[in-house]
Amino acid sequence: MVARAARSVAARGGPWHAVPTDAIVFGTLSVVGFVLLWQVASTFWVVSMLFPPPLKTLATWWEMVQDGSILYHVRVSLVRIAVGFAIGTVVGVPVGLAMGLFTPVLVALEPYVQFLRFVPPIAWLIPAILWFGIGEISKTFLIVYTTIFLVLVNTMAGVRTIPRNQIRAARTFGLSRWQMFAWVTLPAIMPRIFTGMRIAMGNSFAAVVGAELIAAEAGLGYLITESATWMASDRMFSGMLTLGLLGILADVSFRAGIRRYAARYFMTQ
Amino acid sequence: MDGYANGFISFRGVGFRYSEDGPFITHALDLEIRRQEFFTLLGPSGCGKTTLLNLLAGYETPTEGEVCVSGKPVRGPGRDRIVIFQAPDSLYPWLTALENVDFPLRVAGLSKKERQVRALQVIELVGLHGHESKYPGQLSGGMKQRVQLARALVLEAPILLMDEPFGALDAQTRAVLQDELVQIQTRTQRTALFITHDISEAIFLADRVGVMSAGPQACIKEIIEVTLPRPRSRGSAAFGQLYDRVNQILSDEVRRVLRREDSLL
Repeated sequence: MVARAARSVAARGGPWHAVPTDAIVFGTLSVVGFVLLWQVASTFWVVSMLFPPPLKTLATWWEMVQDGSILYHVRVSLVRIAVGFAIGTVVGVPVGLAMGLFTPVLVALEPYVQFLRFVPPIAWLIPAILWFGIGEISKTFLIVYTTIFLVLVNTMAGVRTIPRNQIRAARTFGLSRWQMFAWVTLPAIMPRIFTGMRIAMGNSFAAVVGAELIAAEAGLGYLITESATWMASDRMFSGMLTLGLLGILADVSFRAGIRRYAARYFMTQ
Repeated sequence: MDGYANGFISFRGVGFRYSEDGPFITHALDLEIRRQEFFTLLGPSGCGKTTLLNLLAGYETPTEGEVCVSGKPVRGPGRDRIVIFQAPDSLYPWLTALENVDFPLRVAGLSKKERQVRALQVIELVGLHGHESKYPGQLSGGMKQRVQLARALVLEAPILLMDEPFGALDAQTRAVLQDELVQIQTRTQRTALFITHDISEAIFLADRVGVMSAGPQACIKEIIEVTLPRPRSRGSAAFGQLYDRVNQILSDEVRRVLRREDSLL
């Protein structure tokens, strides 16, 4: 049965399809089992402040949800991600399109892309703080950088890999330049754009937490470092738990939106 | 006057190479295709059959000579010459079968009402009824080629260019689609250039079968008239005789390719 669940996940292919029910069942069993094991281990074998039992973490987390303290940090982090992600996408798609469509643009910008590939967002944190101060701008800048890059590269690659026969057929039918762009290029690269956005969203979570760990007065990353300073490991893990849940929630909603509004672009050939 | 007068489509001394110092894929190639004729083209693989089709489609430009339709040289792709590709990857996967068929009509700027009438007519003609709202990815290989055929027919272009459209299909599906193509051709009377490496398919469909010589510098080696009445029986004695004759010509060329490859070893 487990094999069947695994097979059905694989058969549905891509990340854009709904997860089948049997996979949900086995996934849940696996998580519950692991948490129980951890609970038992941390209660009877490794009793330490560094490894709080999961139930204790859960209780703390619930308290923090109720008194609103965690929601405050969530809101701060989410606003940073949302603003940066939106700006990054709005800039990344057109630049990626220009690079994919016009060779001079590609040639001019390619060196930057190749170079910056190896400079992770977090490396920009210190210069960003020097330029923009410790406030929102420096964190948002990091998210913008993270997002632009992934969205741009995927958009560009999408344009460059449109099947030749799709373009040839369109030339035969006599599409104008504008029609070619709106009716062939754009729909053909939709999956790549969304893929870039999806990866960028995951990386934005990583980037914002990284920034908040180092320099911030609020946000989930700040909650984690600050709790660690006070050895409040249950609060620290609560921050991490929230991050994971938020990430899943963001990804699930993104995929649901795609399935609802953009499914046709994800039809395979 | 210049001996080309009969041709609706004419290749006149056509030479083609990809780069200035590359080998000529075709050289001094002459070919006349008559109006409303179904012309099939056979040849050893790699001899330049697809190159000929791309030249006529306007995707490539001849290095020497010219390709003419109704006496006018071809300058780029056009709606009068629709291509059906071997791989169905020219269909737009984000459009349903009906939307794919409608696509050229939408580009041509026809009214919504006329588009619908014509698209549904062609869908019916190629046997896609009931599959209109499926996406290409949800259709079998044979069905996808029907969509390509419908999309090619819907503009009522005078010329159809088919590059091994049934080459990737299983034998049964191929035979069914060949039968249907003959029926459609009888009704619509287009001029067709059909490339294949299947001798039986070439004879079954064609008014004339052209055999290309092995490249480089390929040309048309021989043209065989097929006068068998339609619908043709693939098992008849006359069909068999024609098959043997074409096979003889073609295998001479294939053997020449093999011998050359041997001598390179």
